[in-house]
Amino acid sequence: MIPFAFYLFAILITGLFLVTVMSKNVLYAMTSLAAGMVLISGLFFILGADFLGVVQLIVYVGAVMAVYAFAMMFFDVTRDVEERHDKPWLVFLLGGGIAVTLVVIFAAPIMGETVHALYPPVAGATNPQAVGLVLFTKYLLPFEVASVMLLVAMIAGIILAGKKMEISLSAMDEDMIADTKEHA
Amino acid sequence: MITMNHYLILSGILFAIGLVGVVRRKNLLMLFFATEIMLNAANIAFAAVSSYYHDLTGQMFAFFIIAVAASEVAVGLGLLILLYKKYGTINIDDFTIMKG
Amino acid sequence: MEKYVYIALFAPLVGSLFAALFSQRPKALITGVVTSTLLFVSFVASVILLNHVSQVGAVHVTMMDWIQAGDMSIPFGFNIDQVTAVMMTVVTLVSTVVHVYSNGYMDHDKGFNRFFSYLSAFVFSMMVLVMSDNFLGLFIGWEGVGVCSWLLIGFWYHKADVTRDVNPSISPSWAANEAFIMNRVADLGMLVGIFLIYWNIGSLQYADVFAAVPSMDHGMLVTIGIFLFIGAMGKSAQFPLHTWLADAMEGPTPVSALIHAATMVTAGVYLVIRANPLYSAIPEVSYFIAVLGTFVAIFAASMALVNRDLKRIIAYSTLSQLGYMFAAAGLGAYWVALFHLAAHAFFKALLFLGAGNVMHAMDDELDIFKMGGLKKAMRWTYLYMGLASLALAGIWPLAGFFSKDTILEVAFNEHTYGIWLILWFTAGLTAFYSFRQVFLTFTGDERYKPLGFHPHEVPKYVLWAMSPLALLAVIFGWYKDEFVAFITHFLPTYEMSEHTEHFVVILTVVTTAIALSGIVFAWFRYSKGLKRSAKVEQSLPYRILSNQYYIPILYENVFSKPYAALSHAFWEEIDQQVVDATVDGIATAIKDGGDSSRKIQTGNLSDYLKLMSGGALVLVALVLFAAMQN
Repeated sequence: MIPFAFYLFAILITGLFLVTVMSKNVLYAMTSLAAGMVLISGLFFILGADFLGVVQLIVYVGAVMAVYAFAMMFFDVTRDVEERHDKPWLVFLLGGGIAVTLVVIFAAPIMGETVHALYPPVAGATNPQAVGLVLFTKYLLPFEVASVMLLVAMIAGIILAGKKMEISLSAMDEDMIADTKEHA
Repeated sequence: MITMNHYLILSGILFAIGLVGVVRRKNLLMLFFATEIMLNAANIAFAAVSSYYHDLTGQMFAFFIIAVAASEVAVGLGLLILLYKKYGTINIDDFTIMKG
Repeated sequence: MEKYVYIALFAPLVGSLFAALFSQRPKALITGVVTSTLLFVSFVASVILLNHVSQVGAVHVTMMDWIQAGDMSIPFGFNIDQVTAVMMTVVTLVSTVVHVYSNGYMDHDKGFNRFFSYLSAFVFSMMVLVMSDNFLGLFIGWEGVGVCSWLLIGFWYHKADVTRDVNPSISPSWAANEAFIMNRVADLGMLVGIFLIYWNIGSLQYADVFAAVPSMDHGMLVTIGIFLFIGAMGKSAQFPLHTWLADAMEGPTPVSALIHAATMVTAGVYLVIRANPLYSAIPEVSYFIAVLGTFVAIFAASMALVNRDLKRIIAYSTLSQLGYMFAAAGLGAYWVALFHLAAHAFFKALLFLGAGNVMHAMDDELDIFKMGGLKKAMRWTYLYMGLASLALAGIWPLAGFFSKDTILEVAFNEHTYGIWLILWFTAGLTAFYSFRQVFLTFTGDERYKPLGFHPHEVPKYVLWAMSPLALLAVIFGWYKDEFVAFITHFLPTYEMSEHTEHFVVILTVVTTAIALSGIVFAWFRYSKGLKRSAKVEQSLPYRILSNQYYIPILYENVFSKPYAALSHAFWEEIDQQVVDATVDGIATAIKDGGDSSRKIQTGNLSDYLKLMSGGALVLVALVLFAAMQN
């Protein structure tokens, strides 16, 4: 059952992400990305990382993708994204090269056998309990730092996006947009 | 039997897909999507290692990566909007003011 | 006593620094007064030290550790023994007189303050030279006086170069460079000598070095002696490094009096006297020194015979007298050399200052053929210069008689009759050229009148300032016995043999006779006025002598010009073609590389990402490669 689920998720994720990077339509790209994220959470559940899977769903699919969706409102999603690709072969050479190399590295039996668990899960606890125990004891300081970082990022996002709120490009015609560009 | 290597290879492939996106995309929003793919590929690898070695450290790292990704999106999109307001475009072929 | 050592040493330095503060300002009399006063203070301290040394004994002070590196330990120490005390007293006395004199002489010069700064700095360097208790301190003072000499010879550096026919010294800056470079050549020899001393003995303290001399290899001692003497040859202008001294007369006359007659040029003699335990152990080198000194004595005297330049004649006579000193030192009569050094310092400085008076009166004219009959206008100067010349010629009872006569006795006593004969003959030449100069300048027809000069005597205080030198030029010789008793506490005694004692009277008479005959000949020839003979002046010997044996021209053609050509060749062939080209090539390569690689700076983020991905691929490939190695 698990191999079937893994291969199913793997194939679907790969396909969806390929759509994300190859599609000309922003809406398609974002939708397939969100779907891929959901499926990745499925992989986490298979791996027994329940809490991580839930966080993946809430943060990525819930929050991050929602922010992307808002950002996308600036663009005309019905129009294809125009991109100039001068050397397509180079892109696939680089991507393929790295993929092949990584696959070879991971497929080869070079993983250390002497790895010892630093924080093994507490016996008898469920995954969220075990995560909580480690996160709020051993990783308390990084956790707090991360929270401060998120706060800073939130404020930064609001300030940056809030600048020039009085200018609305969608309310302008082409000449006014051109004027704005010249002034810039 | 699904071994850790299966997950790692999947992670590598997804990372490569993300890399293709990073290199190929000229639209900054699409570029962000590609970076999200790469971050998630790393998360899969961490979760797999964590699971197969029975060590929660990998999951911790995955949490922090998610937190970093969220911050990056917030700041990055804020900058993106500012850029769009200023130049009316987010195609990186249009920004070559640093040409040497 | 320690404080007097420091007062004597540092008073000139303080004066120099004080005067240096005003170096860029117009003439301020205070610089001259302060430096002269401080010099006098230094002189008083030196006299107190001299007295102390004679009553109690040598004073040794260590001011501070100077160089401490590994096994090398060189303290900054000063040793005031009999020789040093005599040198200090002579140096500070002549310096004080020259400083006071310079107040008058440099009165109208724009560089008045600068001059006193240099002059006091020179005295400080000279004091370091004579007071140091080790060879390195001596070397520092040695170089210090060299630098001050360079500064002072080239004091009127703004004068343009002229050809050798117009002025044999070409220009003050040329003469200064000549002196400096020639001294550097000699100092290299001295430095090698000091290195050899340190290498073989492991110390540079005089006491350690001379204590080690008896146990050292003879060949090494000879080598050290030769190299040290090369340094002495340069500083004391011995043949073949003599040409700079005559050219150094381009400096102001007080400088010639102080540096190029009384003090600095005698540093070479001082070095030989100081290193007497070394030179006593190597008689062959000492004999060479004596022979060279004798040669220089007659060689320089011969050039003085025909020269027309007031200061150059005195410069050649200085050279000649230095030859006498080296002859005495080389023959082992170290105290005689020091005695002649001190006596010579007094009468030669007096002679130079007198010449300065004449120059001043004649608007810097130096050609004695254009003078004559000046005794009416310059009675005191005539007296001073006459006295000094008598002392130089060695006439009883003046200082030169006692010192020079003793040198001749030493030469006789050593059975080196050749040296004696030459020195004896040179004594006659000395008397002749000295009085040729005096008579041509002060007596006979007044040749300056048609040329429009209006000579006048110098201010009274200048004449007074010169009086101590005049007094000492007369009486110094009377204290020969006291001097001997004092100095032989430190220097080896020199006893005349029975054989010589028999001949002393005869020797004295013979020497005085030739000196007197020189004076008399000069009197008949020149006192009535200048009688020039074109035939004599066109003759080969005359031309050789007046052109200084063509040695300057020889040096120029053998050393200067080929060296300049070589330098030019190196500049164009090596420096420009190789060194410059290499440096330029590197710069051009980097610039071209930058130009070609700036193409990757497209400003497009996508291109950068591609490059970064390529880098990441390389890194991953490296990881794979490394993993496969294991």
